[in-house]
Amino acid sequence: MTTATLTPPVTMPTAAPAVRRSWFADVWLVMTRELRPVVREPFSVVFGLVQPLVFLGLFGPLLVGSVGEQGLSGADVWQWFVPAILVMTTLFGTSTTGSNLQYEMQTGAHERMLVTPLSRSSQLVGRSLKEMVPLTAQAVIVVLVMLPFGFRADPVGAVVGILMLAVLGIGIGSLSYALAIAVRKQEWMFWVVQQTFLFPLLILSGMLLPLETGPAWMRAASTVNPLRWVVDAERALFAGDLSATAVGWGWLAALATAAVGLVVGVRTIVRSTD
Amino acid sequence: MIRTRGLTKDFVVSRTETVHAVRGIDLDVAPGELVAVLGPNGAGKTTTMRMLTTLIRPTAGSATVAGADITSDPATVRRNIGYVGQGNGAGHVQRAADEIVAQGRIYGLDAGTARRRADDLLDALDLRPLARRKVSDLSGGQRRRLDVALGLVHAPRLLFLDEPSTGLDPQTRANLWDHILRLRAERDMTIVLTTHYLDEADTMAERVVVVDHGRVIADDTADGLKRTLAGDRLVLEVADDGPVSPTTAAPQLAELVSRVPGARDVSVDGRTVSARVADAPAAVPGVVVAASAAGLTVATAQAIRPTLDDVFLALTGRSLRDEGAPPDAVTGDDPLADPTATTTDPQTRKDAA
Repeated sequence: MTTATLTPPVTMPTAAPAVRRSWFADVWLVMTRELRPVVREPFSVVFGLVQPLVFLGLFGPLLVGSVGEQGLSGADVWQWFVPAILVMTTLFGTSTTGSNLQYEMQTGAHERMLVTPLSRSSQLVGRSLKEMVPLTAQAVIVVLVMLPFGFRADPVGAVVGILMLAVLGIGIGSLSYALAIAVRKQEWMFWVVQQTFLFPLLILSGMLLPLETGPAWMRAASTVNPLRWVVDAERALFAGDLSATAVGWGWLAALATAAVGLVVGVRTIVRSTD
Repeated sequence: MIRTRGLTKDFVVSRTETVHAVRGIDLDVAPGELVAVLGPNGAGKTTTMRMLTTLIRPTAGSATVAGADITSDPATVRRNIGYVGQGNGAGHVQRAADEIVAQGRIYGLDAGTARRRADDLLDALDLRPLARRKVSDLSGGQRRRLDVALGLVHAPRLLFLDEPSTGLDPQTRANLWDHILRLRAERDMTIVLTTHYLDEADTMAERVVVVDHGRVIADDTADGLKRTLAGDRLVLEVADDGPVSPTTAAPQLAELVSRVPGARDVSVDGRTVSARVADAPAAVPGVVVAASAAGLTVATAQAIRPTLDDVFLALTGRSLRDEGAPPDAVTGDDPLADPTATTTDPQTRKDAA
């Protein structure tokens, strides 16, 4: 039992300061709070890499074997596959982030934040913006790991490419949070919906196998998949083809995903508290 | 500090079913009060608290909390109150001290002040050795103290505690209350808490509001409630080997007991005489002396003070212990993801609309 007491109420105003913080400051507070565990335990970022590394290690060699017969050398296959794996890392990492919020809803941490003066929208936007940091770190790790295997990355293209992934990640992360809030009464629904979307989006993006060899309906379906445009853009960027039209479409797809994600996310969190 | 008028919350469960969780609560809490809201699970305690803390909007009625309207100006309410919910407020992947500082920053303190307050609270709540510990590594009692620290970091004028000690062992509960009461004395805080622990409401609160089926059914000090609604009980036993045989002695003693001020429900069971009286401890000496004068030997005498459970029984005909006593397993495992589901108890409050 301690005998320490609080400082006398001299420094204790009876009410919180009347000065209103800006919305951006709210977002910053939410984001830095979310990032603190990542900074404290940077190794946690590596756990998110298990799945992409499995694809690189087990699927990559198969790809070299099968696509390589069609005239591509092993190094060229990595050139084609690694940028796609970066998009996959983004997809896996950010689409599951809603489960963190689900956990905070179970424990009461989310409820505590809802009672604070932080605006609802800043709580969602701050969380979503935070997604950029781990996914950027993961992308850098994947690129570095693959360099010894003959993967060549155009430096400028790589930076722009990772930036594009960050924007995409904000959108997917935001949608994941929105999903977590929307299905809060049936938590298991989160994984049902997430898995239902995950694999069609993955396959219809041409990440794993080229869509060019697929049937016409699949190619048609892939045009409405923003990931497909981002995957194309990443391949062009890492190859150093910075002025390719694919890059323009990629940015459009990434920014549209971010915009839609944030709008849906903010609407969901604001409506959730009735 | 708090003023509600006709505060009502209905949860629409389906098209044909509406749960009336809170039905028109009028409640006034003055600055500095310590009020316990007591009631069985599903009585509407938590729903009321969630409305007052702006977590859910009332279906009807109005409430002013810490100077602002909960519906039209929730932002001001949030800035002026502290809230410790049923769950654990700290993020499990965060470190204890980080969370207190972050909470201070969220409430508009500058970085230096937030750190100082966090330091003060770590000391005051015995959390100092755990400052750098991850929240997931803390015990239930430690987490609960951290929750209280989070609720206090901005020195709110009004603190809401939703079942602050559910699931804690008695010693940890007493310890937590020591902390809360001392901080209250230092800061002149108004506290509203919900509980289903009778003794907690009894010993801690200066005022007890009993809620059942979404309505306030009694509102007084714990002593006042017991005095007006339950009353003391006097239980006497005549000696087996007295000069008068027990079969004649007991009715004679009952006759004496019935003259005690406020005596009612006098009953005899073998050698035992029991009755409700206004003030049992004060009645014992007089009865014993009168019995002795009449040649009766009183072997044992008990003056039983009523509990709040007796009050609840008198009010509703049901015992609060039946449903309130078993703590909700281990605190924190209680799924709080669904704000409506946790506050509705189909057993007690389902009404077909």
